[in-house]
Amino acid sequence: MTVADPPAPFDPYHVGRGAAPHPARGHGGGGEADKRVVVAYGFWIFLLSDIVMFSAFFAAYAVLAGNTAGGPSGRDVFDLNNVALETACLLVSSFTCGMAAIATGARNKAAFHLMMAITCVLGATFVTLEFKEFVGLIQAGNGPSRSAFLSAFFALVGCHGGHVTVGLLWLLTMMAQVFAKGFRPEILRRILCFSLFWHALDIIWVALFTVVYLLGTRP
Amino acid sequence: MTEIHPHDPAAALDSAPGDERLDGTGVAQGVGGYLLGLVLAGGMTAASFYFAAGHLLWGPGMPAALIALAIAQMGVHLVFFLHITTGPESTNNVLALAFGVLIVFLLVTGTVIIMSTLNHNMPPMDQIMSMQR
Repeated sequence: MTVADPPAPFDPYHVGRGAAPHPARGHGGGGEADKRVVVAYGFWIFLLSDIVMFSAFFAAYAVLAGNTAGGPSGRDVFDLNNVALETACLLVSSFTCGMAAIATGARNKAAFHLMMAITCVLGATFVTLEFKEFVGLIQAGNGPSRSAFLSAFFALVGCHGGHVTVGLLWLLTMMAQVFAKGFRPEILRRILCFSLFWHALDIIWVALFTVVYLLGTRP
Repeated sequence: MTEIHPHDPAAALDSAPGDERLDGTGVAQGVGGYLLGLVLAGGMTAASFYFAAGHLLWGPGMPAALIALAIAQMGVHLVFFLHITTGPESTNNVLALAFGVLIVFLLVTGTVIIMSTLNHNMPPMDQIMSMQR
């Protein structure tokens, strides 16, 4: 009669590493991680640090939102219809960016270029709408120097808009590189990082339209 | 994107943030995931704007509802667009994310608490001016 092994403890995430070394790469047991995984992980860390930077702008805005120095408050200057349109543009562009990633997986150049072009148009529409909002505010005398509230508003929203603008340049670069060089491994890694960047900008926009626009205009 | 790791089962147990689900097969499934994410996120956005217009919700409870909706929508984006999962192949990504969330939480709540306490304890500006005279 043999003695049965004791039942293995429930450890689905291999926190205790289990009895055998974790077979996956990049987890200590299976050897070096894939270059693709290392690159995307590094970019993920950068994105998180970028989000931490944005959180400082959010904190500044939360502190200064009430300091209007006799000038307009958010309720007086924000146009929620414009914001809803911007939000729709960015959300759908995040979706089409995902479609471009799927086209990349299928190595379909035509679908990739089509989806990236739609993403680019939607992103450019977003930047244009935001730019028009800024110009309207400044022309009405409500520029960043009007009050602490408006300084914090322009810094926070402008920082996000700047990121989207840089993202658009990166997007066009990726289209050109795929056009000229095709789906080579290094191009695939850049596409992965670009789509991470674009989706992260959409996540920041969710926090932004909630905190700045919706909470700022509540009745 | 199953062809990323065609011959290496060990590599397939590790995933980069943003990678499609490794067990997913075919384009249709990938598109379905993004579509579901788009519908969920769009619905939450629409609900946020609807509530913010003052419909349906008790006024003082609205900020909490809007913040809850925003956090839920960020979760939807993370899962359906960035493909951050709870699976063992994504542990590194989740740990980094958790650390980022901790820092963001400390920074924002710390700033708001400290600054509102300072505001509360500071005398009005005209009083400070008269003390400096």
